[in-house]
Amino acid sequence: MAKAAESPGDPGTTTPRPLFAGLSDISISQDIPVEGEITIPMRSQIREFDSSTLNESVQNTIMRDLKAVGKKFMHVLYPRKSNTLLRDWDLWGPLILCVTLALMLQSSVDSEKDGGPQFAEVFVIVWFGAVTITLNSKLLGGNISFFQSLCVLGYCILPLTVAMLVCRLVLLAEPGPVNFMVRLFVVIVMFAWSIVASTAFLADSQPPNRKALAIYPIFLFYFVISWMILTFTPQ
Amino acid sequence: MAAADELAFHEFEEASSLLAETPDAATTSGRGQLAPQGHVAVEVDSGGIYGSEEAEESDKTALLQEEKQQPGFWTFSYYQSFFDVDTSQVLDRIRGSLLPRPGHNFVRHHLRNRPDLYGPFWICATLAFVLAITGNLTLVLAQRRDPSIHYSPQFHKVTVAGVTIYCYVWLVPLALWGFLRWRKGVRERMGPYTFLETVCIYGYSLFVFIPTVVLWLIPVPWLQWLFGVMALVLSAASLVFTLWPVVREDTRLVAAVLLSTVVLLHALLAVGCKGPRSSFISSSRCLWSTWHRRPRPRLCLQTSCCHPRRGLRPLRAAEPTGKGLLLPFLPVSRSPRAAPRSLSLSGPT
Repeated sequence: MAKAAESPGDPGTTTPRPLFAGLSDISISQDIPVEGEITIPMRSQIREFDSSTLNESVQNTIMRDLKAVGKKFMHVLYPRKSNTLLRDWDLWGPLILCVTLALMLQSSVDSEKDGGPQFAEVFVIVWFGAVTITLNSKLLGGNISFFQSLCVLGYCILPLTVAMLVCRLVLLAEPGPVNFMVRLFVVIVMFAWSIVASTAFLADSQPPNRKALAIYPIFLFYFVISWMILTFTPQ
Repeated sequence: MAAADELAFHEFEEASSLLAETPDAATTSGRGQLAPQGHVAVEVDSGGIYGSEEAEESDKTALLQEEKQQPGFWTFSYYQSFFDVDTSQVLDRIRGSLLPRPGHNFVRHHLRNRPDLYGPFWICATLAFVLAITGNLTLVLAQRRDPSIHYSPQFHKVTVAGVTIYCYVWLVPLALWGFLRWRKGVRERMGPYTFLETVCIYGYSLFVFIPTVVLWLIPVPWLQWLFGVMALVLSAASLVFTLWPVVREDTRLVAAVLLSTVVLLHALLAVGCKGPRSSFISSSRCLWSTWHRRPRPRLCLQTSCCHPRRGLRPLRAAEPTGKGLLLPFLPVSRSPRAAPRSLSLSGPT
């Protein structure tokens, strides 16, 4: 469209010069040596890279992965519209968070009465909940890959894990209505933070007339986890 | 002027893309729904109840439906076709189930023969979680009134509630669909609903229970029963009004039996949801402890948990009150009626 609007007789444009136009002007004399080395820099770099990750110390490997996980934690805590979580997805972060949450939430083994959730129940809820939400968003026509979505949902549990830690600390004090109000406030704030973070990453992958349909299950998921955190009582 | 032009352009494009997708649409006669105004289609299909407003929508639905190639059930796009809904459509279907009207067939008017699985699935999930959460909240509120009740977050309720509701929304429509197909020969005009449409009807009719369960937190008994009856009436009415056009051509006996079975099952579900709230305090903890710790029934003797309102009282497990009679229908307390009570009465043996 824009091209058609341009007048064809525009004096500003010049005809492009044919390739190698000036080559005929150069005379290669015998004096100029044409020599050098032809190396393909990429290949040697890759070979170096491979052997370096094989031979590097375990500490380096672990630190590299931990740094990647930590960087994604930062992205969740300060959600901006960036692609890092989506591009380099990994499931280490969600696993660490899920295990931490399940360990803190499980009721003690002695009391088998209607207690809180067991470790397995929390684990199953988090992972199967995330899988269900991912399937739901894919079935609704979202263009996000399966593991990317799992990665985002898992990482966005971080605020709720922080809320669990805070609740645990607050529960060390004496129980009472103030205690409960503090825990309620913390859980509500972290719940809102989780929703905002996951929406910032996932909302764009849905068609616009189905965004609410895809976001509601995420809301339900984090609501259930927040509920489990809020009703936690140390036995 | 520019806006009108844009609108006109948009429509043309949409229609042409539809025609491009379904090249044979113009030549297919199908159910005769490609008549220019669609009045013929309306009369044949639904017994002439509906006005001409249905005409345009039935045209478009017919176009989209006739030539849609059904992919095999092993492909992902097969299941994607069940989630082909927009936010506004889901909200419209929920509204339609909340406000049933006698001439207003849910399937024809709201589903428009395009059932979805999104609504039933997530309404059931929400209902299961809301049931568990409000059950928990009931216990919290009860504990505030009587500090001797031991509070614990009953997490197993989620599992039980979820399994019950999903079984209800899948098995009962399966039975209903099978029954309607079996009786298909008796009906001339109206074909039976497909299985998915039946699931949709049931799924969306459960929506009204979600706010009802939340409102049941108010500890005023007559208000609770009022809400329960209202919810049951609304959802049963939406079921009955949807099933009536299919069933009325059958014999009176079959129609009456079918509709009353549907309403009865729905009432059982409502009572099952309601049950734990009213009988929880007096019976569920004692029953749980006696059922699961049969060698040590002395748990019931320890505290005044069994009857918080009456203070210390020995040995009786559960009150034979009217509310206690709801126990057989409770999906949550898994105890049989007779045995544990006698165990706790006899004490340690």
